[in-house]
Amino acid sequence: MSALAEILMQASFWAAAVRIASPLILATMGELICERAGVLNLGIEGIMVAGAFTGWFTVYLGFGLWTGVLVALLTGMAFGLLHGTLVVPFGLSQHVVGLGITLLATSAAYFAYRVALPEVTSPPRIVPFPPLPVPGLSRLPVLGEALFSQTALTYLAFASVLATSVVLFRTPLGLALRAVGENPAAVEAQGLPVIGLRMGAVVAGSGLMAVGGAFLTLSAFSSFFFEMVNGRGWICIALVVFGAWMPGKALVGALLFGAFDALQIRLQQAPLGREVPYQVFLMLPYILSILALVLMSRRAGVPAALMVPWRKGER
Amino acid sequence: MTAGAAEARDGPVLRLDGITKRFGPLLANDGISLALARGEVVALLGENGAGKTTLMNVLFGHYTPDAGTVEVMGRALPHGHPRAAIAAGVGMVHQHFTLADNLTVLDNILIGTVPLLAPRLGRAAARARVEALSRDFGLAVHPDARVGALSVGERQRVEILKALYRDARILILDEPTAVLTPQESEALFATLRRMVADGLSVIFISHKLAEVMAIADRIVVLRQGRVAGEVAARDTDRARLAAMMVGAAVPEARVAPREAGAVLMALEDVTAPAEGGRTGLRGVSLELRAGRITGIAGVSGNGQATLAALVGGLARPAAGRLLLDGRAAGADWSPRAALAAGVARIPEDRHGAGAVGDFTLTENAVLEAYRDPPFSRRGWMDWRRARAFAAGLIADYDVRCPGPEAPMRLLSGGNMQKLILGRALAARPRVILANQPVRGLDVGAIAYVQSRLVAARDGGAAVLLISEDLDEVMGLSDVIHVISAGRLSPAFPRGTMTPAELGLWMAGHGFGEEDADAA
Amino acid sequence: MRLEPVADPGLVRRIGLPALALVLTALAGAGLAAIAGADPLATLGQIATGAAGSRFAILETLNRATPLIFTGLAVAVAFRARLWNIGAEAQLYAGALVTVLIGTGLAGGWALALPKPALLALMALAAVAAGALVLLGPVILKTRAGVDEVVTTLLLNFVVLLFISLLLEGPLKDPAGMGWPKSPPLDRAARLPRIVEGLRLHWGFGLALIAAVAVWVIQTRTTLGFEMRAVGRNAAAARFAGMPVNRVLVRTALLSGGLAALAGFSEVAGLKGNLTLDLSPGYGYTGIIVAMLALLHPLGVVVAAVFVAGVFVGADAMSRSAGVPTYIADLLLATALLFMVLALQLTRFRVVRG
Repeated sequence: MSALAEILMQASFWAAAVRIASPLILATMGELICERAGVLNLGIEGIMVAGAFTGWFTVYLGFGLWTGVLVALLTGMAFGLLHGTLVVPFGLSQHVVGLGITLLATSAAYFAYRVALPEVTSPPRIVPFPPLPVPGLSRLPVLGEALFSQTALTYLAFASVLATSVVLFRTPLGLALRAVGENPAAVEAQGLPVIGLRMGAVVAGSGLMAVGGAFLTLSAFSSFFFEMVNGRGWICIALVVFGAWMPGKALVGALLFGAFDALQIRLQQAPLGREVPYQVFLMLPYILSILALVLMSRRAGVPAALMVPWRKGER
Repeated sequence: MTAGAAEARDGPVLRLDGITKRFGPLLANDGISLALARGEVVALLGENGAGKTTLMNVLFGHYTPDAGTVEVMGRALPHGHPRAAIAAGVGMVHQHFTLADNLTVLDNILIGTVPLLAPRLGRAAARARVEALSRDFGLAVHPDARVGALSVGERQRVEILKALYRDARILILDEPTAVLTPQESEALFATLRRMVADGLSVIFISHKLAEVMAIADRIVVLRQGRVAGEVAARDTDRARLAAMMVGAAVPEARVAPREAGAVLMALEDVTAPAEGGRTGLRGVSLELRAGRITGIAGVSGNGQATLAALVGGLARPAAGRLLLDGRAAGADWSPRAALAAGVARIPEDRHGAGAVGDFTLTENAVLEAYRDPPFSRRGWMDWRRARAFAAGLIADYDVRCPGPEAPMRLLSGGNMQKLILGRALAARPRVILANQPVRGLDVGAIAYVQSRLVAARDGGAAVLLISEDLDEVMGLSDVIHVISAGRLSPAFPRGTMTPAELGLWMAGHGFGEEDADAA
Repeated sequence: MRLEPVADPGLVRRIGLPALALVLTALAGAGLAAIAGADPLATLGQIATGAAGSRFAILETLNRATPLIFTGLAVAVAFRARLWNIGAEAQLYAGALVTVLIGTGLAGGWALALPKPALLALMALAAVAAGALVLLGPVILKTRAGVDEVVTTLLLNFVVLLFISLLLEGPLKDPAGMGWPKSPPLDRAARLPRIVEGLRLHWGFGLALIAAVAVWVIQTRTTLGFEMRAVGRNAAAARFAGMPVNRVLVRTALLSGGLAALAGFSEVAGLKGNLTLDLSPGYGYTGIIVAMLALLHPLGVVVAAVFVAGVFVGADAMSRSAGVPTYIADLLLATALLFMVLALQLTRFRVVRG
């Protein structure tokens, strides 16, 4: 028990929690935007892989880190465009297309990696984003290290929550997006482009997912390797449900998840933890996500038109 | 009223010229022309399927016509652009509201009024304007209420506010009273009169003669996609309008008086909770007797769905008893138990609950009885018997279709309903639940379905007829109950009540002091 | 643009569009080969010969198709009832685990003393039970608490795989395995025999064909199959008609999970002889592609599984000679899947302007 308290007191623990949460926050916001507009995006897992690869590869080719982020963003948007085209105007099953996009994006990234680097045995490294302490704030006890000594991409993740929240709830565009996820006919009756709005949400959301993936290679690990996304996309889908489709609550969920993951890593190394097989700790995040889904399942908040295809002229 | 004067003052605010629209083989609008003057109420009268809604969807840019033009204030509207119609000052209140339930009233009104890429919504100014409009036109509704929590009448007010907020000068209302009590309808008419006095123009779509006569200055009658006649309200009466509307005499379902038999099913002081958007029931008692049609009149959403769910086996009473032949239904009351007890069900939503569109007619024909011989034995289906059964239904019930192996979704609403009716009646049921059995059907199918129900009643079945169409309930029922806010009126034998008296019950009057203002 | 239903799609639409999807997929494959610096046509040719150019290649393809038939059937059965089972991977490993427990004698030596057919039947049935159990959890959460099964089945894949990893590094670890995380080999009595002596094709393939026919018969000839199809097409109408929708979903889950688990049984008892963490290179996920390409038809699953297996086997062979990464196989299948679902939609709807 005291070991646990000791861990929870460490600033480095909270810094790790925020670091682990960052890619989840970005991708969760992406998924949340898609779902608010009525589209379940199961392409998220693959889009994160693709973003992780293209972001990393751009930097590996000698371009700047921010160029890498931009390329990841564009990669995600391209897959979003494909996903959106198939499920929005063509009205295909969002389940099937999403899983298809995940397979397509994942294998495209692996294929491209092998084509570009046929000879390498160990993954090449790049110089990732350095920590960027916020002047003044980074000296705060605990909070300074946990929140204000992170890399630029972590700040971007927090900014994405604020931006998502403001756009969704304070702007005409956000109102139209929420309405299109609730009742597309109401939006069409006002002469707004239902298909355009949903496409836009899927493209933008997919871009955010890819940036979340790029966080892994450009900020967390500094190289690209297979299986690195490892179900994070699916966890983000659980986080959207956990957050009841609200950006702020989803952020809390992602941070809780990050804290839990950071905790299990530390517990593995604690004297007691060494007695327990490490796989038990690795399982916990997935089990926790399932539990979160069960706990939140009765709550309202799910967009009424989620997964309901819309055809012009149908009411 | 002011129609003549207004027309003299300026030209028509709206002119439709030669509108033609076809859907595949169906000619929904055939060269329809129509003009609307400032400060005028024009009623568009016609039966279901006469082409009223299609015409308005063309006007409003939802459909692109195959021929014809639309002019607002003398300027042509481009086809297929709802925005253009809104910008020109046309507002539409659809039959099915186009509101987002999880959004507030204010947000619903604001959708589409601010340029999409503007930085702010400007909610404060918008709220002030909405409040002013509510006050001016008598449309009371709270701007911050979630639409999902509002009554149907309130939602209609939100729709009208939406149009007014967009500076609509022409308001189109599609069957606005279908969901209102007579008293709510009166309030709506008062609002419309204020709007007309303010210089707005209204197109009022309806198939109810009485209210058309009450509100319209001029009446345009549509029949089978064409203008069948146009007349000033003061120059006509209901009988002449009815003749214009239907063209020929409608075959009425014949209901000769008949001695009622034993009570086959009864509800005893039943209470059921509100579930899944349905209104619950409060202390409902009801007797269904052999050889009798029991009609349930009432405005949509007052507990009909829960009553149907109880009788059909989809819900159980929370308190009180459901009796079958005097024995209480147990905790295992379910659709299957209902079927086993001889309850046949014709559901309200034939596409959603009555049939599986992707299944063949054969599969749909045995959807309820597939577990029993001869259609299956020990878990093995006998498709040969099932096909023969379906072919029999198709022949007996005059279902127009390519054959028993055709997918159900190819059928028209009327033919789909005939198959569902045949499936229900083939089991020789003792109790028949008919929930909105003719809604949306054409005249011929309506007469056919109604005559089959009467025949079943003459054969000794107890029929429960739930309908929002008061004429239908009064025309077919041996006794009538009115349902309002989850409560059921006493039984009124045929001919003892006028429509106006029933309307008072529908509005919630007569149920007792403590509940008088609940409705 | 918008979609308009086509009342009666003609033969040209029904055959032509899916054929076009396959042609476009082949074109995409040629393009990918060119990107990888290989001769496009030669690469496609090598994939084809690698998949079906020799008796060895054909047998290899059929061997690879075997687990895909099982997982494809598992997905087809579930998706037909609109139960989104994305967890065939976990169910496969559950089946493999139970197969190993019984077949090595770890679950008790008495089983190994049974006559061979009884032992194999016991292993298969136990595997079915284990796979069914793994899917039972998500489906009960779905029917009782309304938890979306897509995410729970996906997440369970990771949990089950970690659990297998835990066992393979602990109690199930082969003492003679030189430290590798793998189970001890099955007893000789617990191995599935070859269909023809000397040919590398085991009875798992035969069992897969039997399973496909059995699923087809269940779906078209039994009341349960009728219920499963009705629930998938319109659950509200099925409930209204008196079908026990939740019970049907649970039965569907048991069937689906059991079928996926048979893939694990067949791979362990027929091919590998032991359990490792790379027993399945994603057969559970590939089963989704197989099922979709087969339009969820159980007999079509056999054809689709052989096709998909051929792409994998052919790409392996091609990669060794032409140097195009084997991931081209996954890419091609993802492309085929997306083109195919689009083609199917366009047989039912036509695109019109306005």
